[in-house]
Amino acid sequence: MTPNQLMFAIFSAVIIVFSILTVTSRRILRAATFLLFVLVATGGMYFLLRFNFLAAIQLTLYAGGIVVLIIFSILLTSHIAEKLEKPDLKKIIPAFLVAAGGALITIATILQHKFPVEIASGSERTNIRVIAKSLISTEKFGYALPFEVISILLLAAMVGAIILAKKRKD
Amino acid sequence: MFEGVPLTWFLITGTIMFFVGIYGFLVRKNLITILMSTELILNSVNINFVAFNKILYPDHLEGMFFSIFIIAVAAAEASMAIAIIINIYRRLVNIDVEKMNEMKF
Repeated sequence: MTPNQLMFAIFSAVIIVFSILTVTSRRILRAATFLLFVLVATGGMYFLLRFNFLAAIQLTLYAGGIVVLIIFSILLTSHIAEKLEKPDLKKIIPAFLVAAGGALITIATILQHKFPVEIASGSERTNIRVIAKSLISTEKFGYALPFEVISILLLAAMVGAIILAKKRKD
Repeated sequence: MFEGVPLTWFLITGTIMFFVGIYGFLVRKNLITILMSTELILNSVNINFVAFNKILYPDHLEGMFFSIFIIAVAAAEASMAIAIIINIYRRLVNIDVEKMNEMKF
């Protein structure tokens, strides 16, 4: 087992175990903490694939931003000691069947398909200069338009969130 | 193969994470836990994009840009969802999906 495979196995095990705990834990604050572990392990997987910039985004924005936001809203809306009620079996069984069936079909399809491309991948890190240039270029492989659209989306979301969460004077 | 790690391993991890998210989305009743399941689903798609990018086209960065945009959309979605959840909590004093049966107050 090469070091890469070992690291992949660790990250993958963390992702699978803690994502299952995230959806089954009955204490909501613990579920949020497990989600944090999943997101950090995903960031580790990006480091393994040598997408350093993407891993940094994952750690700061997902693990830093979104999880903190979720924890804040948990603290605002429920008691820490409170346990969620157990979902009834009538709901668990169909959901489990859907999830397990879908996962089995997808994994079977993935395993059947022989991915024919065997390009020896370069192990160089992603260059931040290249990323910045293609985010604002309008030529081929340039992402100027999506970049602008996403900035407008973020601005709209910010304004919308402020207006929605503001206290109304009725 | 990426230095000994086959592409299928990444895809299987992503698949399991995706369907665990689906399970949580269907089973959970609390709105915040449903939001967390959505984050799991979005995250699993990112892993697939990045793995395909690195293993098929190591010289290009298309999958990485898709992932960046997905992360940005997820951030916008989470902030909006939490604003809505807090607003609902202020009016109904709980955030159970089954207790929310009217859209207009």
